[in-house]
Amino acid sequence: MACTVEEKQRLQDIARELRLTIIDVTAWSGGAHVGGSLSIVELLTALYFKYLNVDPERPQWEDRDRFVLSKGHAAAALIPVLSKRGFIPEEELKTFNHFGSPFAMHPDSNKVTGCDASTGSLGHGLSIAAGMGLAARYLKKDYKTVCLMGDGECCEGSVWEAAMSIANFKLTNVITIVDRNRLMIDGFTEDVMALEPFAEKWHSFGFDVIEIDGHDFEQVCSALEKGWNATEKPVFILANTIKGKGVDFMENNVVWHYASADSALCEKAKASILNL
Amino acid sequence: MSTITGTTWNCYDSATMTPREIYGRTLAELAKTNDRIVGVTADLAKTTAIVHFANAFPNRFFNVGIAEQNMLGIAAGLAKAGLIPFASSMAVFVSMRGGEQVRTDIAYQNLPVKIIGTHAGISFGHAGTTHHCTEDLAIMRSIANMTVICPADGIETSLAVRACVDIPGPVYIRIGRGFEPPCYPDENYGFTIGKAIEMVPGTDITIISCGIAVLQSVQAAKTLLEQDGISVRVINMHTIKPIDREAVLKAVTETRRILTVEEHNVEGGLGDAVASVIAESGKGCVFKKHGIYDQFATIGYAEDLYTHYELDADGIINQVRSLMGRDYEADENWEDE
Repeated sequence: MACTVEEKQRLQDIARELRLTIIDVTAWSGGAHVGGSLSIVELLTALYFKYLNVDPERPQWEDRDRFVLSKGHAAAALIPVLSKRGFIPEEELKTFNHFGSPFAMHPDSNKVTGCDASTGSLGHGLSIAAGMGLAARYLKKDYKTVCLMGDGECCEGSVWEAAMSIANFKLTNVITIVDRNRLMIDGFTEDVMALEPFAEKWHSFGFDVIEIDGHDFEQVCSALEKGWNATEKPVFILANTIKGKGVDFMENNVVWHYASADSALCEKAKASILNL
Repeated sequence: MSTITGTTWNCYDSATMTPREIYGRTLAELAKTNDRIVGVTADLAKTTAIVHFANAFPNRFFNVGIAEQNMLGIAAGLAKAGLIPFASSMAVFVSMRGGEQVRTDIAYQNLPVKIIGTHAGISFGHAGTTHHCTEDLAIMRSIANMTVICPADGIETSLAVRACVDIPGPVYIRIGRGFEPPCYPDENYGFTIGKAIEMVPGTDITIISCGIAVLQSVQAAKTLLEQDGISVRVINMHTIKPIDREAVLKAVTETRRILTVEEHNVEGGLGDAVASVIAESGKGCVFKKHGIYDQFATIGYAEDLYTHYELDADGIINQVRSLMGRDYEADENWEDE
């Protein structure tokens, strides 16, 4: 079993705290991509608190596992998770977006301790991850590189250039995840630019496709373990998620792609998270 | 910045090889003693001559197919993991098709990716305007952290390729397509990134050029001295960024006339880089930017195009003669301009 009952409880507790911090960051920053940050909480929690071999004492440790948040707009989730993992003092999160802060709407790897790639322009991260995977192979290192993309991001042609190369180079040390929350800025992915049949696309590109509920820790852990142990084909995890997950009035509503939050809204959102 | 001294490199013959051929061979040679060097290309291994490196070190060479964005993103990932990637493709594709990856993945993260753009300018003239590249210097010099080099010949290409390895950030090296006759008899002329070379001393006017225009400027200077008695200083501004301000200011003060010559749009390239230095100096100076005058170049073989666009010695002579007829004004009267 990829995830014991106790472990699941531990991860769920962390995930709840992370969601509360995301709401705080949304308030402190003056606005954040809250919907797409809440949808990846279980994925980030499982990665940073169970699978990624990283060390806050040595953020540039050359044998560490790498994580590329290709959907860089979810920095409001990544930076809090790095903080909870010990890379960044929590107090510093209050500077988010403000003058001179290391933290912005999209993460800067030269400023954010523990962040492995500067991202924000969509469709770039998977190529960077492929480069990290090729480097590991050449340097004879066994670190893994995990890349998390948004589903709307897959409209970018460069994603498919990268996908083709990961399969071509048989980069089983790169694990590709898509946060399939089905929403992009202008609406549902299938209305704006249809992605389906999405799993089949990745399968035909040469990936071992694992489709999961991206909010179920047992499924998330099981898929990541398959990714970690891949030897034949690179693993692609299609994580079906809900944009805004955990805050009832934000769920599956495109209005919350990006939003600001006053104290009343924060209270309401947090109450919803605590009732989850 | 880095200086190469005292090394004898026998991996190329500047009398017969194209600069890109020399680049490929130099890289393969460099990689023998530096296992951090890796190579990427987008289906142009042979065309950009990185194939020499690829054949010598197949385990650290990655051909991503016809996908320049992916090539540059992968280069960023390789560099993030501590390697020194050389990414080779045509200038037009590395500066524009993958331009945002250059800016965001490589330069913004200040990664030591060395981007080699071949077939630059109008050197691949007969390929048609899709394959010309008269914009790359403007694009690359506007990107923070980027060092931009346009070597004058094969010897300088080899020196630039070796020197750029020691630069901790990204470097763009622009080279042409065909054979370019050497400007230098050997490598021992003190090449340093960011430091211009005075090719010909002179006191009446200064030509500041880069790339293929350097040798043509040198030849023009000789003719102008012989036929017109004009003393022309020629400066090889091989590093467009950071530009050698001192060399420009010296030319302003000592010759008071400057002509820039480049195989590039006159908008945004070497000419504008020099113009900024002159303008900020506050000194009066007769000045002209010569190159491709804000148009897409016509089709033709490179040598015909160089003649047509007056980028050869004869054309440069015409430019200098017309500039000698003008003088800078010390007065404040704009009515007669």
